[in-house]
Amino acid sequence: MKHAKTATQNACKLCNPLGACLAFRGIENCVPFLHGSQGCATYIRRYLISHYKEPIDIASSNFHEESAVFGGSHNLQVGLKNVTEQYKPDVIGIATTCLTETIGDDVPLILRDYKKAHKNGSPLPIMIHASTPSYQGSHIDGFHAAVRATVKTLAEQGTEELELINLFPNMVSPADLRYLKEILTDFGVPFMLLPDYSQTMDGGPWGEYHRIPPGGTPASAITAAGSARASIEFGSTLEASKSAAGYLQEAFGVPRHQLSLPIGIKESDKFFALLETLTGKARPEKYEDERRRLIDAYADGHKYIFEKKVIIYGEEDLVVGMTAFLQEIGITPVLCASGGKSGLLKERIKELIPEMDELEIKIREGVDFVDIEDEAKVLQPDFLIGNSKGYTMSRKNNIPLIRIGFPIHDRFGGQRAHHIGYRGTQELFDRIVNTVIEQRQNASSIGYTYM
Amino acid sequence: MEQITILEGRQKQVFEKKKGMEQVDISCDTSSLSGSVSQRACVFCGSRVVLYPVADALHLVHGPIGCAAYTWDIRGAVSSGPELHRLSFSTDLQEMDVIYGGEKKLYHSLIELIEQYKPKAAFIYSTCIVGLIGDDIEAVCKKVAKETGIPVLPVHSEGFKGTKKDGYKAACFALMKLIGTGSTEAITKHSINILGEFNLAGEAWIIREYYEKMGIEVVSTLTGDGRIDAVRRAHGASLNVVQCSGSMTWLAKEMEAKYGIPYIRVSYFGIEDMSKSLYDVALHFADRPEIMEAAKQVVSEEVKKLYPQLQKFKKALTGKKAAIYVGGAFKTFSLIKALRSVGMSVVLAGSQTGNKDDYARLKEMCDEGTVIVDDSNPVELSKFILEKEADLLIGGVKERPIAFKLGIGFCDHNHERKIPLAGFIGMYNFALEVYQSVMSPVWQFAPRKGGQQ
Repeated sequence: MKHAKTATQNACKLCNPLGACLAFRGIENCVPFLHGSQGCATYIRRYLISHYKEPIDIASSNFHEESAVFGGSHNLQVGLKNVTEQYKPDVIGIATTCLTETIGDDVPLILRDYKKAHKNGSPLPIMIHASTPSYQGSHIDGFHAAVRATVKTLAEQGTEELELINLFPNMVSPADLRYLKEILTDFGVPFMLLPDYSQTMDGGPWGEYHRIPPGGTPASAITAAGSARASIEFGSTLEASKSAAGYLQEAFGVPRHQLSLPIGIKESDKFFALLETLTGKARPEKYEDERRRLIDAYADGHKYIFEKKVIIYGEEDLVVGMTAFLQEIGITPVLCASGGKSGLLKERIKELIPEMDELEIKIREGVDFVDIEDEAKVLQPDFLIGNSKGYTMSRKNNIPLIRIGFPIHDRFGGQRAHHIGYRGTQELFDRIVNTVIEQRQNASSIGYTYM
Repeated sequence: MEQITILEGRQKQVFEKKKGMEQVDISCDTSSLSGSVSQRACVFCGSRVVLYPVADALHLVHGPIGCAAYTWDIRGAVSSGPELHRLSFSTDLQEMDVIYGGEKKLYHSLIELIEQYKPKAAFIYSTCIVGLIGDDIEAVCKKVAKETGIPVLPVHSEGFKGTKKDGYKAACFALMKLIGTGSTEAITKHSINILGEFNLAGEAWIIREYYEKMGIEVVSTLTGDGRIDAVRRAHGASLNVVQCSGSMTWLAKEMEAKYGIPYIRVSYFGIEDMSKSLYDVALHFADRPEIMEAAKQVVSEEVKKLYPQLQKFKKALTGKKAAIYVGGAFKTFSLIKALRSVGMSVVLAGSQTGNKDDYARLKEMCDEGTVIVDDSNPVELSKFILEKEADLLIGGVKERPIAFKLGIGFCDHNHERKIPLAGFIGMYNFALEVYQSVMSPVWQFAPRKGGQQ
């Protein structure tokens, strides 16, 4: 069958403003605000809620026809006033949409006007603006744009260098964020984690109504990021010119240490080694234990999985991180695919697997799920690894899907899944081995109770 | 606890029914207040929900990727045959397309997709920026229709050009272009179209079966389990039966004006309204008294089966309080009655898109002390849920976490539901779901019930 190529079918990406909303949710007492039509905010809320199972209020400037003709300044200002009144936020994170970018609203200018008009009233919330047109890049670009805009707005040059370490974790799960905080706390080093939606997107029940759920990195903590000793930034395809750590290095000389998302033993080792270097302390015994258990599990499980073939898809940094892990446990990623188009995916994977071409590992950027499905039919992988949007092709082609990352819309607990460090790797490894065992058990006519 | 106030710009959209209250002048039918975190969506959303269930049509979203990505396989609208509606197609406009225009990309996308999927028709949804960059969608659609021989229908659903209701209208406008283009041969006199029924979890099939048992021919369901050929011959029916009045009343009125087909408004939720939906159709066909006899037979059989089953739920739920916040006001009326039939009262009732008549009727129906809201938001909903001590919230995905955070039950009555809630069997499912959520022992740990935070 001839496949349509011009249109995108079953997209393997989301739009820019979604990532920005999630990132803004990781700032304490912050309301994400989309400058555009009401639908953008509502759709993105619904999409995030289905994964995180948490309330997420995203304000909208609610464009009408007049706003599109005469500009959105009035709507934005009314919206900011109403959000301030109703939510009493410390921060409003404003992200643009395709609509406001196309009509060319000058958001920084509107914000200056707004501040001027309200300079005599009660103090205004901090306003952060990220430019996130949906016709550029994908959700992950919006995520990084919001994090960068946040430090750009808040970070200051301190009088002296602090002990502080900045950690920019990329778009990981709330469970991953909690694990990172635990690690840094155990190292006894002061840190600034941004964003931190570990509580806002995975919190407890409420006895009373919270306008904004508790948790997140306080604006005051972000201010100090400019005087930190170093920044650690996860994401091997994230360029300094687009990243928060890149900005801090450029503006304040805070050294940027870029790591791949630490998945697998080797990449996790690099993260711990960097922490040891930066703090001058050895890693706590607890993590040695985690690492030892993981190596032991690799030994116990290796035969089930060796030379299995998988297709891995998702955000490019996640794909690179997962590829490093799969490589060290003997699984071949026959296709590494992403809806993103950084142009760096192939290069990064080649660094991990220099014999990539001989192994016939395919790398594809800018694909949709129909492209991936076409590849799957030829490559015949043993399973798929990626978000739950691959379910349609998984079901149709009878290939098991191991759900990781975002979004997980058809399983429970995506927000509590670990992916990174020894702990996350352990969880992923167990799930992969169990997928193979389950398949074998189901396929067996004997029905072994020991596998 | 902190006092939550209603935003100044919204005070006319919220009121509490009090004794001796005269006419209420609720302000509705307006666009949402900027910055108020409305639960509404946009024009595009309105069009998309109405046309989505047409299963043998190509639905191409012309714009950047978000609008298509967020509506991919989003609803529980099921099909008995083709499932083209469950795929997501987008022109995925990029910066260069925004600068130089997206017409070429749209044209090639359409030609290729139509060749690959062989749909019976194509709907092209305009998103926000399409209007701004000046793409001539009409011209592209005409050209492609001519080349491929299928109807290619533009849907003018630019997100900012009105509210969700305008999106309904844009969708109905596209449907109107199809209606009247098919043959009405062999359609009987005792025939109806079911309008505003989207076959969520197979609900349209349940309803259709009732009508067929009464000897009524169902010509077309708009748009649940929809087929282009059935839409084309919809003008052959004698009566339009309109549920989800918000989305389809306009279409019913158009069909009345153009084809002289009268319409009635119905609801399939709850015993009372479900029964009435059958009786009202039977009344329309008074020339054949056996239709009414059959309707009575259907209702009697179903109620006989259902009534004893509901008693267990009623016993447990009597005295519990519910909050309702759904898309259309008409559904709210049915839900109030349905909840009363299982012993529950309603302390908050509201909708995204109700009009003045709807709210007047709502006020009529509600008990004293009930809060009525139009185009509400999470802050207000939470405030009233707590103040009125509701035990249950009925809404959609966006309302669900509010209920669960505050430690009360929830029933999903929106497009994503996977269990049929319409019809008599639907009333059973509804009561079961409400019972299972409200009576769950997990709420003992909720802080408002004295559990530890």
